[in-house]
Amino acid sequence: MEHPMLSRAADTCFWLSRYIERAENTARILDVNMQLLLDYDTHASDAGKHHWQPLLASLEAQELFAKLFDRIDAETVMQFLTFEKQNPNSIISSICDARENARTIREQISSSMWEHLNRLYLYLQSPSAKSDFLGSPHDFYRRVVEGSHLFQGVTDATMSHSEGWQFIQVGKYVERADNTSRLLDIKYHILLPSGEQVGGVVDLTQWMAVLRSCSAIEAHLKATGGTLTPWNVAEFLILDDAFPRSIRFCVDQMDEGLREIGGGTRGAFRNEVERISGILRSNLDFANIDQVYDCGLHEFLDGIQLQLIEITAAMTKEYCVWLAE
Amino acid sequence: MLAKADRVKFRLQDGFLWKTTFLCLVSCNSDALMQGQFDAYRTEGFFDEMFGEEGRVRPHYAKLLERFRELGEEEFLRKRLLAERSYLDQGITFTVYSNNEGTERIFPFDVIPRIIPASEWSLIERGLTQRITALNAFLHDIYHEQRILKEGVIPSEMILTAKHFRPEFMGFDVPGNIYIHICGSDLIRDGNGEYLVLEDNGRCPSGVSYLLENRQAMKRVFPKLFSRYAVRPVDTYTQELLTVLRHIAPGGNPDPTVVLLTPGIYNSAYFEHSFLARSMGIEIVVGADLTVKDSKVFMKTTQGLRPVDVIYRRIDDDFLDPTVFRKDSVLGVPGLVEAYRKGHVSLANSIGTGVADDKAVYYYVPHMIRFYLSEEPILQNVPTYLGSNADDLAFILDKLPELVVKATNESGGYGMLIGPKSTHDEIESFRKAIIADPRNYIAQPVVALSRSPSYCDGRIEGRHIDLRPYILSGEKVTIIPGGLTRVAMRKGSLVVNSSQGGGSKDTWVCDDDGE
Repeated sequence: MEHPMLSRAADTCFWLSRYIERAENTARILDVNMQLLLDYDTHASDAGKHHWQPLLASLEAQELFAKLFDRIDAETVMQFLTFEKQNPNSIISSICDARENARTIREQISSSMWEHLNRLYLYLQSPSAKSDFLGSPHDFYRRVVEGSHLFQGVTDATMSHSEGWQFIQVGKYVERADNTSRLLDIKYHILLPSGEQVGGVVDLTQWMAVLRSCSAIEAHLKATGGTLTPWNVAEFLILDDAFPRSIRFCVDQMDEGLREIGGGTRGAFRNEVERISGILRSNLDFANIDQVYDCGLHEFLDGIQLQLIEITAAMTKEYCVWLAE
Repeated sequence: MLAKADRVKFRLQDGFLWKTTFLCLVSCNSDALMQGQFDAYRTEGFFDEMFGEEGRVRPHYAKLLERFRELGEEEFLRKRLLAERSYLDQGITFTVYSNNEGTERIFPFDVIPRIIPASEWSLIERGLTQRITALNAFLHDIYHEQRILKEGVIPSEMILTAKHFRPEFMGFDVPGNIYIHICGSDLIRDGNGEYLVLEDNGRCPSGVSYLLENRQAMKRVFPKLFSRYAVRPVDTYTQELLTVLRHIAPGGNPDPTVVLLTPGIYNSAYFEHSFLARSMGIEIVVGADLTVKDSKVFMKTTQGLRPVDVIYRRIDDDFLDPTVFRKDSVLGVPGLVEAYRKGHVSLANSIGTGVADDKAVYYYVPHMIRFYLSEEPILQNVPTYLGSNADDLAFILDKLPELVVKATNESGGYGMLIGPKSTHDEIESFRKAIIADPRNYIAQPVVALSRSPSYCDGRIEGRHIDLRPYILSGEKVTIIPGGLTRVAMRKGSLVVNSSQGGGSKDTWVCDDDGE
């Protein structure tokens, strides 16, 4: 029988996984935003600013950004979110943190997992990462995304699917749910100030960009029979039960992971973390998009982010109570 | 509702304090092509591992030379890069600290192996087994009857003033009566090729992971070479280590929980700790992962407390338990020593073995062999002069510029003076220190360490080497064939420590003498 794992190692698995998923999501968002910029008239005053500001807002990073840079444009924001080590959520910081976490639990993860992560880290630290980025940001971001996919695939294929793996799954899906909610929130920021554009051509382009940054465009079109409206995009990314980046899907997987760890069954709970995770899951199971818009899209997404924080805190309290000592 | 600042915090890991370290690659000059490879090689009057008199290749190296000659220069360099790449990918690095910032370095690896013929190894093996047996008998004696002191073989003063002697453990019986479970004794070869013991490391000897990884790298890079030699395998080391650790479990528990206690990720040997834990399938823990309740040790898991039986600790005595030793230690576990005393948990190595590491006590190891085993030492010490001996002291002070002087309690190449390579001021400052505290110093003549062909700065040149075999004492003594050959990569340097720019090479013990 497998012994229970060290609390510190469980916590480390969880965060290691979150940081990798975060790097992937940041790369996705930047890639798509950069392409979206091509549809704007970039010479129009403040176009860049309106474009990038909501992104910083959704990441709650405006303050730090203002300390480091005196102008908001593609160059500064991409630098800030990609290579800036002072930004704890930049791609490079996320990968460094993931690797430092992995380094402390190499006996928990497989050698191949470590080697893939270490290689990605070495690449990002190297001068060729910078030159690749300058040469083609799109290729660079795709490489980061693929680095994350490779890591996740290697994790599934080479690590025992026991407790440590479950913590990695929970970390991945918590982070992904959080990121998808933030991505939709960016859209909210863009929509509100200039109401007359809603439903216009630019609006549609932007919703398509949101889908694209989740690799969701084909899946969405298939699911909706080819129609694309802001409503059904939001509905798809929040409530679809089969698409792996929708919030509902992620929460469902997170909930399953937590129950695998705690030994609970679906529809019942054995501890606080299973209880509040189950509430969020069933809320999403029985929600519809009208309810989301009645609540207010921003408020709804904000509520999900808060619940994810509470679930994480309850998980730490349940399994890693020692870490607080 | 959470404040914005709090929410930012919640997206980051609690208590995640690791500073990010940045990797610094040791670059190699691949433009420089080797000219005639071994043809231009000169032994320059030193004892050379590969070439004997008049530059003739020694029989056990003949096939190696043949293979390297077949190899084009480009292919050689490509293989060398391949080896380096594999170390880097696996994160086989050590950390050098300065100004509070850690930099990771690859431990330089030389692809030309060192070969030890079967007959030489058999001598080393017998010599080391004899030595560890005497050292364990000595430690038992020192912490019990102290016969060796009472009979005047070693002056009592010498032991009682040793920094790592632990009088708190007088009369304490360690599990299985084994004190040093893992020993790393450093061997060198003098100008005649005779193997001499330079020092014994009976506390937490490190480096064995490099030995194991060097072999993996060599097999990947030079698979054909291995088919020409019957090289004795080394990869059973971790299983043998685990057997030793399980052997000392309290109460003969047949299924004990064994853990490795590390000071943490900042320790320069962290890679090794993690490597060994992984290879044995045991947990690696830091002090904070353990807790002591009712004099029993537990680890903190997701499902509550789980008992621990044996701790392979890679932390020095001083830091093990802040309630007993250094109060400021944050690495240790409060109450651990009490649990150990009560026999609820076993430690490897035992507490108090550092007294055998003391370089002045080292002087007496041949005496111990005669005293406890009634045998003559198979492996000799390097001639050593003791600061605490009046005649020796006069000699040391007189010949200071010609001698190597070592502080008795330092390791890792620190606290050392190499007379012929030092400035007048360095010599004089050591003179003052020796006069102030003669007990704390020993001196040895400069030994012209043997050299081995090594690839440095674009060509193959002789570099000084030593050998650290790893000796395990459990139910029986086992020694991993070979050991870690450390190389002083700087031309002319005699210091092989990794903290001082040393590298390493794979070490082969062959089933025959190549004749």
